[in-house]
Amino acid sequence: MNKTSKENLTRGIIRENPIFVMMLGMCPTLGVTTSAINGLGMGLATLFVLMLSNMLISSVKKLIPDTVRIPCYIVIIATCVTTIDMLMAAFVPSLYAALGIYIPLIVVNCIILGRAEGFASKNNVFQSLLDAIGMGVGFALSLTALGLVREILGSYSAFGYSFAGAESYPLLLFIMPPGAFLALAGLMLVFNKLKGQKQ
Amino acid sequence: MSYITIFIAAIFVNNIVLSQFLGICPFLGVSKKISTASGMGCAVMFVMTLSAVVTHLIYHRILVPLDLIYMQTVVFVLVIAALVQVVEIVLKKSAPSLYQALGIFLPLITTNCAVLGVAILAIQKEYGLFSAICYNLANAIGFTLAIVLFAGQRERLERAGVPECLKGAPIALITAGLLSMAFMGLK
Repeated sequence: MNKTSKENLTRGIIRENPIFVMMLGMCPTLGVTTSAINGLGMGLATLFVLMLSNMLISSVKKLIPDTVRIPCYIVIIATCVTTIDMLMAAFVPSLYAALGIYIPLIVVNCIILGRAEGFASKNNVFQSLLDAIGMGVGFALSLTALGLVREILGSYSAFGYSFAGAESYPLLLFIMPPGAFLALAGLMLVFNKLKGQKQ
Repeated sequence: MSYITIFIAAIFVNNIVLSQFLGICPFLGVSKKISTASGMGCAVMFVMTLSAVVTHLIYHRILVPLDLIYMQTVVFVLVIAALVQVVEIVLKKSAPSLYQALGIFLPLITTNCAVLGVAILAIQKEYGLFSAICYNLANAIGFTLAIVLFAGQRERLERAGVPECLKGAPIALITAGLLSMAFMGLK
């Protein structure tokens, strides 16, 4: 693997992390991360949509006239999302029910249109796939981390395994809406601090 | 009576931004000043109410009779994007002063997941046409209320001494968390 490919693959994971650095795709980030499993599920769904849409857009980029490119991208992305939506409804119904409205809303996730416009429309299929994997994995990891923090604090369990007795009083606030904002603020604080030390 | 319930529930109890997490991008992005926040709120109110009518009619008059419900996401996204364009053109010709006020905010609405989200939720809740319009309008008011309150707090924060590593996004998120806690008290 040459240098550019490696660069395209790893860029999205930390240096241009979609959530902590670019602040894109905030709605699913805050909405579904009540547990680590939900965060991971949403992250994987977005990863698959991103891979599909980046590859499709990059392979038809020469056929799309420049003036109508955004509507074309939206149709391609919406088609990918509908496919994932139906697959999830059929194979993982419990996760599908937990994620609810946020699955069709992957269409308007800024990360996907952003990568289509900013990367897939200028690069070849293989590089676009690498970029999609990097960005998608970065997004999924951030979502899982946020879900894990909220689950540990809010229900004293991790990935569904409870580690507290029946008589425990977890910080319920963290699985309620305000906790989403506070937990993300805390993680972002740590991320900024570590980044500041490195520089 | 039930219309009043829809309004109270959507504006305060299940506020679209602070408890359902739709439309977070404009909520965090265009909330540095009260004036821009209220402009965005007005534009959202306009488009969301119109989209209620259009998506309701398309869903019940076209998609259901033709058995094309699975096309919902694709069709709604396109319809909302087209609607924003049409509103922009019509306003430019017929109400130039309103167009100047809303101008820059209209294109931003296409990427606002609150509009698509509320349209899908209104369909899921199986509202009639008039209830759907009320529901969308109420959610838009809830969005405007949240973003204007948040902008007011951020204007004050500008002048406060914030620690270096909290500057920017983290302090904004903490503020939003506190606001969301206040709204939780209304449940």
